[in-house]
Amino acid sequence: MIVNQKKIEGVAESLLDSAEVKGRSLWADAGRRFVRNKAAVGGVIALALIVLFTLIGPSFAQWSNEEIDWAVLGQVKTMGAPSFESGHYFGTDDLGRDLYSRVIQGTGVSLMVGFIGSIVAVIVGTLYGAIAGYAGGRLDNFMMRMVDIFMSVPYMFVLILLLVIFGRSLNMLFIGIGLISWLDMSRIVRGQTLTIKNKEYIEAAIASGVSNFTIITRHIVPNLLGIVIVYASLLIPGLILTESFISFLGLGVQEPNTSWGALISEGAKSMQYGTLWQIGFPLFFFVVTLFSMFFIGDGLRDALDPKDR
Amino acid sequence: MTPFKKTLAAALVSSAVFMVGCSNDEAAKPAEEAKAPEAEVKTGPTHPVTGEVLAADQTFTYWDLDEVSSHDPQIVEDVAGSYRVRNLFEGLLNQDADGNLVPGVAESYEASEDKKTYTFNLRKDAKWSNGDPVTAGDFVYAWQRAVDPETASPYAWFMEIMSIVNGAEIIAGEAPVDSLGVEAVDDYTLKVELTDSLPYFPMMVVHTTTFPAHKATIEEFGADWTKPEHMVSNGAYTLADHVVNERSEMVRNPMYWDNDNTIIEKIVSIVVPDENQALIRYKADEFDWLETVPTGQFKSLKAEFPTETYATPRLCSYYYTFNMTDSGPEAFQDVRVRQALSYAIDRDVITGQILQGGQPSAYTFTPEATAGFQVPSVPYATMTQAERDAKAVELLAEAGYGPENPLKFNMLYNTSDSHKQIATAMSQMWKAKLGVEATMNNMEWKTFLTERGEQNFELARGAWCGDYNEASTFLDLLRTSSGYNDGKYSNAEVDRLMDEAKTMADPNANYTAIEQILAEDMPIIPIYHYSFNMMLKDTVKGWPVNNIEGNWYAKDLYKVAE
Amino acid sequence: MFSFIAKRLLTAIPTLLILIVVSFLLMHSAPGGPFTSERKLPPQVEANINAKYGLDKPLPTQIFNYVKGIVVDFDFGPSFRYKDRSVNDLIEDGFPVTITYGLISALVAVLVGVSLGVVAALNQNTWKDYTALSFTFTAQVLPNFVMAPLLVLLFTLKLGWLPGGGWEGGKPQYIIMPVIALSTSYMATIARITRSSMLEVLNSNFIRTAKAKGLPHNRIIFKHALKPAMLPVLSYLGPAMVGLLTGSVVIDMYFSTGGIGVLFVNGALNRDYSTIMGITILVGVLTVLLNLLVDVLYAWIDPKIRY
Repeated sequence: MIVNQKKIEGVAESLLDSAEVKGRSLWADAGRRFVRNKAAVGGVIALALIVLFTLIGPSFAQWSNEEIDWAVLGQVKTMGAPSFESGHYFGTDDLGRDLYSRVIQGTGVSLMVGFIGSIVAVIVGTLYGAIAGYAGGRLDNFMMRMVDIFMSVPYMFVLILLLVIFGRSLNMLFIGIGLISWLDMSRIVRGQTLTIKNKEYIEAAIASGVSNFTIITRHIVPNLLGIVIVYASLLIPGLILTESFISFLGLGVQEPNTSWGALISEGAKSMQYGTLWQIGFPLFFFVVTLFSMFFIGDGLRDALDPKDR
Repeated sequence: MTPFKKTLAAALVSSAVFMVGCSNDEAAKPAEEAKAPEAEVKTGPTHPVTGEVLAADQTFTYWDLDEVSSHDPQIVEDVAGSYRVRNLFEGLLNQDADGNLVPGVAESYEASEDKKTYTFNLRKDAKWSNGDPVTAGDFVYAWQRAVDPETASPYAWFMEIMSIVNGAEIIAGEAPVDSLGVEAVDDYTLKVELTDSLPYFPMMVVHTTTFPAHKATIEEFGADWTKPEHMVSNGAYTLADHVVNERSEMVRNPMYWDNDNTIIEKIVSIVVPDENQALIRYKADEFDWLETVPTGQFKSLKAEFPTETYATPRLCSYYYTFNMTDSGPEAFQDVRVRQALSYAIDRDVITGQILQGGQPSAYTFTPEATAGFQVPSVPYATMTQAERDAKAVELLAEAGYGPENPLKFNMLYNTSDSHKQIATAMSQMWKAKLGVEATMNNMEWKTFLTERGEQNFELARGAWCGDYNEASTFLDLLRTSSGYNDGKYSNAEVDRLMDEAKTMADPNANYTAIEQILAEDMPIIPIYHYSFNMMLKDTVKGWPVNNIEGNWYAKDLYKVAE
Repeated sequence: MFSFIAKRLLTAIPTLLILIVVSFLLMHSAPGGPFTSERKLPPQVEANINAKYGLDKPLPTQIFNYVKGIVVDFDFGPSFRYKDRSVNDLIEDGFPVTITYGLISALVAVLVGVSLGVVAALNQNTWKDYTALSFTFTAQVLPNFVMAPLLVLLFTLKLGWLPGGGWEGGKPQYIIMPVIALSTSYMATIARITRSSMLEVLNSNFIRTAKAKGLPHNRIIFKHALKPAMLPVLSYLGPAMVGLLTGSVVIDMYFSTGGIGVLFVNGALNRDYSTIMGITILVGVLTVLLNLLVDVLYAWIDPKIRY
């Protein structure tokens, strides 16, 4: 279950791409505005560095992510601290496993979870919400009550059943994440759609006989992008942490592999015992990513806002 | 807890010392009201017996990991719940600090020659918290209630193994409830008729299921009777407050017959669902007692708080079981594979470097601390780890697994930090020494139990705690017919030896023989035997450290001034 | 508007019924039951317990009896795990706790979050923007399961200022840490959504018109801009409030507050069917009501919205 590095590269590229889209002047415009936003560019760079780290970091590792350093085991507090001599640059976890390698491997899993979850949220949530909001009336009521039900159903049992029926795999983890990630998004999008559809330009489009589907995809969704992007960037940290709950049930990442969620919660438990590097390193990566996401989200929002000059 | 085997009688009794029988209880708890404490300045009075200066605040606060199942003696099913019930109610007999029987509501008892009839003589000064006298009728009511199918007590089976006449029939709904073989001869004489001869019967009435219940209260309030505002109890404490998942408070019961000798005024138990958090709060002096400490922390806590840490043996065994059925991997049918996997585990690393709580490494299923059990000198226990490793490599090669054809299987455990650590260490040992690829699979508890119970596993974690202090409570698990034998190991010789042991005066030779077979057949991989790892503030005195069953009574505790 | 509300309340009934049936089926198909344990119960004992709780009946009958109990007696059944209590008791005990720290956290999160968001938007890409954003970031940096033990380590163990947990009927010293741990993550999200939508509104035509007309700055912001900018915040708050009110497991776990968050998770892990159902229904009702409230507020903010 080593994370597919190509996919990470792909994600990184697509992020960079969005910063420098060619073609239509509107997009080029947005691209230029995005590049001018220092915070957003900083975010992209930080994120790129993290991805880069997961790619080239392993070649410097002296331990794999699963090997136990038997000499450290049992005296992690004194022997497990970060050190170049022992080859544990980030120290070790409670079992004497190399935190450097574990953080790298966990980064892969967690970034995937965050991206896939937010992509599902953006695509499914936006379309679902926009359709419900635009259609209004009975269909809206029906679709939103469905969301109410999905939101209230005890999610844990859905996950357990997925595990029992399909067995454990990384794909099931993504399905588990995807199942919930779009619900809040659809509510927010629907709410925005309700106001947008009363705007003059939509009325004009309806009057000129544009099909409903085209109205939704060409006129409504673009005007939702701001809030969708910002909310998606907010969703990611939550999804990354949700993963550790899914793994708790047995569906997600299994030992000896790990994730940020698992590393951070293990680190949080051992805070009082003085092994602070166990929370420090994973939390650092998590926080940097979080910051990058937020800045990129805000940058994209600002850049894509057609009214913003 | 698993049903006792009714016939195991003799061995069991040998493990306990009896002190009851005399109707006067000088031995049990001297009443020293004469030595009225000379008023000491500021701090509280002195202890009547030891003369220690007592703390002014006699509140005993302890931690619960989870809210208890019930405060109803006939319903309670968890250990934490039994702690509460033991303080709220009092049964016929109690235990002292060493686990010996001492008088409770019963001042004395007599057994018939054949040990099939027991007569308990109740004290006349025992009262319920509302002032009603505690009578033999209250016990009859409680015991009938425990077997009544309508009560649906999860511990009804305990009454069944007490072998009371008609107990099993009532549980099965085949006999009326009032046909139970327990009778109030008069208000202060309780007579019990058994179907079998049970010399250890008095030990069983220490169990909370046998504690009395107040009929009028239960009939008036139904299921609500255990709420603090309704509850009537006969123990040293009464329930003052109970907020589910938060806290409960028990205060001294002025009606309790021995109230004059009770020192702890109030017991507070607080639910903290996270053990690390509980430890922080212990360090912040919010708790007086922690039942257990987080895995791996005991050693460093001991260094930090040498006088507050306790490690004592516990009758529990931690093991992994092979799935020997057709749904398990074919490789596990080969005894050499099973042996190799077991040999390659360095148990001393697990106990000494991961758990670090004084747990003994296990090479047999039955813990060494079990009364009367002779640990056999199984061959692989006496080898050095290097020898075991060499042997393991050899055995696995013989079985046809090697670098070209590595052995692969799944290992199943339930989600928890310590299980995860042990499973990781095991899989890494196998990988390094034998080139075996074990995939770790964790599952949430109930899913895990179901999968394991349905033989949906290859290698699975297991743990077993003895119900009583005798080897058969463990070895029964490996009988062909046992409902707990999830690996479905079956060996006719083991079954025969177990059957034979039932009727033997001293069955321990058979148990030793069985362990030798197990070491040869290796249907399970014993890993370690548990220990109690607890923390207790220095100010708390009177803790029954030597009671291997861990039963404690707050009325026997006291806090001294710092 | 009244007919709209009435209609929505009516549709809540089939919604909840579907929710009940789906949850019931899900719950019962998950492996293990309330009485599955390492020590299997003897069959006869288990049969007695199943009979007592009606678990021996076919599933449709169980669902019917359950719904009937709620409709006729408002009785959510006995808890299978905490046998001294009914589910009604458990929710009556736990819900006020959760709602107290939940509402206070929501209030703190909304007040601080909206103010910071507005400040950030009004000063887009200036140091004020970055300061406000950074503040919300720092608040969100620590996931609450890190924040909670950290708070206890600091305020209880090191400083000895606050008790390490408990509720005690909601005394202030017991509320402080849960509110800090819970409000911060919501606060950051609210601030950022506010900033984003505020910017959008500030750039819209009617605000430009207002500016062009020379209306006072503050009046533009508070009278004209803030209200429409709250729409997305409201959409977010709907589900977020449900999250806050149905409790946070993390808060209940680390501060032992005894709210319904931990009750629900333990219920699910213990397969305490009746407790799970009770809380699921509570969540369902709150979801439906809060979303209705949000929709009503939409129409109030933007009178053009018709349902």
